[in-house]
Amino acid sequence: MVYLTRKAEFAASHYYHNPEFSPEQNRAIFGKCNNPNGHGHNYTLEVTVKGQVDPQSGFVVDLKQLKEIMNREVLDAMDHRFLNKEVPEFLHQIPTTENLAIAIWQRLSPKLQAAQLHRVRVYETPDLFVDFYGEA
Amino acid sequence: MKAHLTRRYRFSASHRLHSSEMPDAWNRETYGKCNNPHGHGHNYHLEVTVSGPVDPQTGMVCNLFDLDGFVASEILDRFGHQNLNTLPEFADEVPTTENLCVTIYDILQRGFRHAHLEKVRMEETMMNSFEYAGGAELRS
Repeated sequence: MVYLTRKAEFAASHYYHNPEFSPEQNRAIFGKCNNPNGHGHNYTLEVTVKGQVDPQSGFVVDLKQLKEIMNREVLDAMDHRFLNKEVPEFLHQIPTTENLAIAIWQRLSPKLQAAQLHRVRVYETPDLFVDFYGEA
Repeated sequence: MKAHLTRRYRFSASHRLHSSEMPDAWNRETYGKCNNPHGHGHNYHLEVTVSGPVDPQTGMVCNLFDLDGFVASEILDRFGHQNLNTLPEFADEVPTTENLCVTIYDILQRGFRHAHLEKVRMEETMMNSFEYAGGAELRS
């Protein structure tokens, strides 16, 4: 089994707010991230796939295809967007880095054929990242 | 859905690698420059990884306020800008980054209650790092 990781970057804005909480609860739990006008990050995405090396091509996965899938499923939908308002998953779910990693997994996983998705890592900043391995 | 969250922190400290149970020649040979009696320092990078189900109410594995608060009071305040050899944690132990990594893991394991601790990773310099998961298998 060989693991391959491809990186991508995107910039987006978001804010954290649960309509079921009172304004005071939202401020207490989410702090500065509760500002309703949003704030932004330069996200770094790392997608790791695993599989056997194809003896004909020497590839675990065709990188061009993986890049196209990442561009189509993730970057086109999220880059330079306000996640809460423009990405369907976050109309009713808080766009934390945890939920972002899960949403990206769910977008990519059904599109990959030869290789299997192993890990989605999303850096919100260089000092904070979330890993999702598809675990229930 | 179970996710893993990793937060990076920094602190600076000094240490000297020296075992008082062993002869000076052994210490010089084993630890080299790190055995300099006056000590030397590093800018350590600490990575704490926790895991758990993503809370549907908050979208979080754990609130970063809780993790940052615990790490600040229990780790950064304790070790930052200190000579590690003078601290009780290293009274009987050489303050290698391996031992520092295990010590920090144990502090988090004992006291942090807001999420499951997966592992602690320490970078002593850009060229070397250490990971400890309390005996559990490290995940790629």
